[in-house]
Amino acid sequence: MNAQGQTFVSDAILPAQPPPRNSVGVVGWMRQNLFSTPLNSLMTIVLLVFVIWAVTPFIRFTLINATWSGSDRQACLQSTGACWAYVKAYLPQFIYGRYPIDQRWRVDTVFVMLVIGMIPMLIPRVPYKQLNVLYLLACFPVVAFILLTGGNHRYTGGLFLGGVMPPSPLRFALEYAIVSALLLFAAGLFARLSGKPVRGSGRTLGVVLGCIAIVLVLFGVDFGLVPVETANWGGLLVTLVVAITGMVASLPLGILLALGRRSEMPVVKLASTLFIEVWRGVPLITVLFMASVMLPLFLPEGVTFDKLLRALIGVALFEAAYMAETIRGGLQAIPRGQYEGAKALGLSYWQMMRMIVLPQSLRIVIPGIVGSFISLFKDTTLVIIIGLYDFLGQIQASANDAKWASPVTGLTGYIFAAMVFWAFCFSMSRYAAFTERRLDRGRR
Amino acid sequence: MNRKIASILVGAAMALTGATVAGAGTLEEVKAKGFLQCGANGGNLIGFGATDEKGEWSGIDVDFCRAMAAAIFNDPTKVKFTPLNAKERFTALQSGEVDVLSRNTTWTMSRDSSLGLQFVGVTYYDGQGFMVRKSLGVSSALELSGAKVCTQTGTTTELNLADYFRSHNMPYEVVAFEKNEEVLQAYEAGRCDAYTTDASGLYAERLKLTNPEEHMILPEIISKEPLGPAVRQGDDKWFTLAKWTLFALLNAEELGMTKANIDEKKTSDNPEIKRFLGIEGNFGEPIGLSSDWAYNVIKNVGNYGEIFDANIGPSTPLGIARGLNNLWSKGGIQYAPPIR
Repeated sequence: MNAQGQTFVSDAILPAQPPPRNSVGVVGWMRQNLFSTPLNSLMTIVLLVFVIWAVTPFIRFTLINATWSGSDRQACLQSTGACWAYVKAYLPQFIYGRYPIDQRWRVDTVFVMLVIGMIPMLIPRVPYKQLNVLYLLACFPVVAFILLTGGNHRYTGGLFLGGVMPPSPLRFALEYAIVSALLLFAAGLFARLSGKPVRGSGRTLGVVLGCIAIVLVLFGVDFGLVPVETANWGGLLVTLVVAITGMVASLPLGILLALGRRSEMPVVKLASTLFIEVWRGVPLITVLFMASVMLPLFLPEGVTFDKLLRALIGVALFEAAYMAETIRGGLQAIPRGQYEGAKALGLSYWQMMRMIVLPQSLRIVIPGIVGSFISLFKDTTLVIIIGLYDFLGQIQASANDAKWASPVTGLTGYIFAAMVFWAFCFSMSRYAAFTERRLDRGRR
Repeated sequence: MNRKIASILVGAAMALTGATVAGAGTLEEVKAKGFLQCGANGGNLIGFGATDEKGEWSGIDVDFCRAMAAAIFNDPTKVKFTPLNAKERFTALQSGEVDVLSRNTTWTMSRDSSLGLQFVGVTYYDGQGFMVRKSLGVSSALELSGAKVCTQTGTTTELNLADYFRSHNMPYEVVAFEKNEEVLQAYEAGRCDAYTTDASGLYAERLKLTNPEEHMILPEIISKEPLGPAVRQGDDKWFTLAKWTLFALLNAEELGMTKANIDEKKTSDNPEIKRFLGIEGNFGEPIGLSSDWAYNVIKNVGNYGEIFDANIGPSTPLGIARGLNNLWSKGGIQYAPPIR
């Protein structure tokens, strides 16, 4: 039946009208989100005024009134804006510190190698992750160490055999061999006492000792590089070395400590708890200060630990304690059933941890871990108090240069430091958010 | 297992870094390693110890180390600088991290007697002074009665300030800040009439003001801050060497020997110059150096006056007058025992 004569019935579907103009687009969005009620309108306006009031002087200082070029303080003396010319002149020192200019290609190489290793690592789609990890955790640190310090380390030995042989690489090799043999023997003895087969008990230990020996030999090879002592490192180089070493070392240490603290073996539990509580109870400044000022006094005269090495160890142990607590939080969040299920399948402790518990708990604590990493990255600025000139320290020191000293020089330096730190921390945070979303598929 | 690995690592690190335990003297060690390790100011104190944007070191403290390197190796470049901050400088010297500490350090009794170090001498007689605006119309610190004085908190400057004004019966008002930058900012903003700290610091801080020419440093010095290099206690030979490097710098100026004319002076008949240059007698041998060690020092780095003028003298941005640091024969108090 057709609709002839029934004029009140439409025989065509009306085309959709566009929504009212004030409910779409920018206006609509603003109406909905900014001016939905009188109170919200008022708050929007107040906050907008505040933002303009706060941001305008900043933009005026950093962009509009800024000095972009110049060769000394004269350029910036009368300026009411940032002195970017100074940052430009000093940029190499902010990056390399006092690293000799003709040797800076070594630092560049290390940076490039790091980026080459990191980019495929960070993109989930890229294959060969295991090789990549091997490169980043084994090849890269060794090559970076040799490139940055110059390698060619002279071993002298000195643990014992002091009265028997003059200091020489041979003595060091002998000492190393003796220590290794003792350790392997101890491993065998331990296996025997605990009723496990003695054969093969020291295999892991043997591999580790062998690897250490290879690395030590590599450090001793003369590659013809000029040695650059760590006192001359500085700027972003030091910041990155401290931060990356801290992060890489603290994660496995933290996992072990967290497991140790939840362990059922009383001694392990006590030791882990003690370690964590002691390091967490001490401010990082104190740790660094002890490492830098007190430790050399305890060592016999003439025995000097490298200052940077001391800071690295201090930072790594300190960070490990925090990391342990973060990870312990994740371990506690795993339901008991997961443990029981794993045990019911006949998995050993380490298998259970590696395959069932840790993958789940680490995923839960990604925000916490990243939070630790970010705060560690910023905490690296504290190394200034032990006389290591990190990125911020280098900027502070350079602001005293008579050639560039002006009322705005220091301020410009701080703004620049803030921008660089923000860029690093923000990218870490974004990447972590991305990883979180990716790993969280099962829960969405 | 992990404990074991950890202990191996620590052991290896100890053995790795455990250099030879000090048995030989510092001089022999320095000669063996081929360079002098000098602790310098890492915080960039203009004119004393600072690095420019290329990382080149300059300053009188730095030049003293170069002079020592020249005395030992006849090569002022055979010195490596360790940037140190105020807190760790003494530890660095005690632990053997550096061979000599040359970092604008005040020579005081407590430091000399209890820190395991010995001060070599005075490279710069410093002391607390005042900076004021020229427009204030003041020419002496004694006219500062009732003034507001900017200073850093928690340093001896505040004490000295109180003592000075009290002993001259002058009222004053302290405006104190935690950091040096804040003090300078407050002074620049006109929150106080005078700014007080060590005179060398005043000259350096003045450069950071918008118009340095509008400010002057008053002639009064209200405290004694003799700055000088220091070496570890217990190595007398090294101490003597450092001491006589400084004396050589001073004696050369007194005898009129400069970087430029020292070669001509070789033909001089003056017995003092002959002894200095090693033409007569052999004064280098007892301190473990060659007989022309003093010649090498001056030829490579110049005499004390030259070092002073090049780094902090009137022709530099700092523009510090010689004052107390002039030779004793020219109205100052720099005096060196003779070489004979």
